[in-house]
Formats: sequence, C-alpha cells, structure tokens
Amino acid sequence: MESNESFAHTESHVHRDGEGVKIGIWLFLFAELVLFGGMFIVYTVYRFKYPDQFHLAAMEMNTTFGTINTIILLTGSLTMVLSIAAIQRKNRFLSILFVASTIFFGLLFLVNKFIEWSNEIGKGIYPGSDALLKKGNGEVLFFDLYFAMTGLHGLHVFIGIIVLTFMLVFLLKNKIVFDNYIKLENSGLYWHLVVVIWIFLFPLFYLIQ
Amino acid sequence: MIDEHTKNNHIIDYGTYIFVWLGLIALTSLTVTISGMRFGNYTLFLALLIAAIQATYVAANFMHIKTSEPIFKVFVGVVVFTLIVIFILTFIL
Repeated sequence: MESNESFAHTESHVHRDGEGVKIGIWLFLFAELVLFGGMFIVYTVYRFKYPDQFHLAAMEMNTTFGTINTIILLTGSLTMVLSIAAIQRKNRFLSILFVASTIFFGLLFLVNKFIEWSNEIGKGIYPGSDALLKKGNGEVLFFDLYFAMTGLHGLHVFIGIIVLTFMLVFLLKNKIVFDNYIKLENSGLYWHLVVVIWIFLFPLFYLIQ
Repeated sequence: MIDEHTKNNHIIDYGTYIFVWLGLIALTSLTVTISGMRFGNYTLFLALLIAAIQATYVAANFMHIKTSEPIFKVFVGVVVFTLIVIFILTFIL
C-alpha cells in the first residue's frame, strides 16, 4: 500500500521537458541537413561542370521507380503524422495501425530501391565497375553520387524503420500514451526529414532526362 | 503538467493532413509532367521550386512548424538561410 502511494506521488510530480527534447531532436535534424547539404553542393558543382554527361547518365534512370518511391514516402509521412493525431485523441488502436503502416511503407520503399539497384548493378553500373569506368568523367560522377546519396538516404530509411519498430513496441506496452507521446513525435520529425531529403533527391536524379 | 503539454500540442483534423498529402501528390505529378516537357534551363529551376514548396508543406504541416513556438520557426529559418548562403558562396567564389 505504502509503495503504491509513493508510486502515485512520484507519478504526479514527474517532470517532462518536452520542449527541451524537441530542441535536441531539431539540432540533430539540422546536422543531418548539413550532411546531405554538403553532398547536394558536390552534386550541383559537378552538374554545372558536366551538364551534358549528367543528362546522358540520367537517361539510364527509371523515372517510374523514382515516382513510385516518392509517392510511397509521402504516404508514409501522412500515416506517421496520423499516428500522432490518433494518440492525441486517445485512439491507441489507430495510432498502432498508422505506425505499422509507416513501417510498411518504409519497407516497400527499400524493396523498390533494392530492385532498382539490382537492375543497375545487373547492367554493370556500380561504383568502380568496368562498364562505368569506360564512360566519361561526368557520367562516372553522376552514378557515384547517385549510389552515395540514395545509399545514405536508404540507410536513413532503414534506421527510421528500426526506430519506428521501437515506437510500435512502446505503443503496445502503453509507454506512449495520449499525454506523453514525445518519443513518437520526435521519431516522426526524423521520418519527415528523411522524406524531405528524398523530395530533393528525386528531381535531381530521376527528372533530368 | 498534462495541461501544459496539451496546450503546446495543437490537435489538427485528420482531414487537414489528408488534404496536405493530396497536395503533395499533386505537386509530384506536376513535377514529373513538367520534366517531360522541354523547358531547357528552366526545367531544373521549376523542379527545385516545386521540391522547395513540397518540403515547406511537409515541414509546416507534418513537422508541425506552423503550430510550434516561434523559436522553432527562427531555428528552421536560420538553417535554411545558412544552407542557401553556402550554396550561393560556392558559386560566386
């Protein structure tokens, strides 16, 4: 009885600094932006140096794959934000369903990416391959940047899936509830940033034919 | 504590989010369509402009910048401005 009382006492005075945690996650997101920003600068510099070869290399890209993956990520972003909207309304079931959907869309994106990369590697196009090294400098740079940037982005999606899996477990164990969902909100912020980076990768690699 | 937490977290309609998502999908179709036409040098500019609008939409609505405290708006503004300055400096130096 006594322990129950002391538990209730601690519970009512629990201190959560939601704003502080949010500032922390935003600082991390800005570091991520600078990381990708640097790569975007490298891309832009070489694209201006080798405009024709970048166009030529981009002819090999499959716009349909890119478009489908964009729609998948945008839809994942929607389900992510809907899971937060659901937990705010105390609808735990919907929140769980939406987080699971987001994980599903993330996996779907990676499966698509895997098929796409397999196609390219099948054609002998991968960093350092003989087929690639026979091409011009600009084309080599395009594909090296393509594999580096979409690869790093894919890694971020993969990490996002792991983080969201933890969130799913927390929701199932009632550790994320309607008045304490900071973890879910911050995971969402990371997930949306990954989508924002893709929004820029998509036109730069798939839409320059 | 609970009151303060709820106060700082605006509850937005499911419909609003779905509406924003529809806008994002529409902009994706638009950018794909535009890339199919031949606008020459404007193609890259238009594609990046649409991407910037989409990114702003995601940040404002899905990342809740629109309903966040001013400090977060200032944060994002400063970072985006810095990135743009770095991009410009790369080209003029």
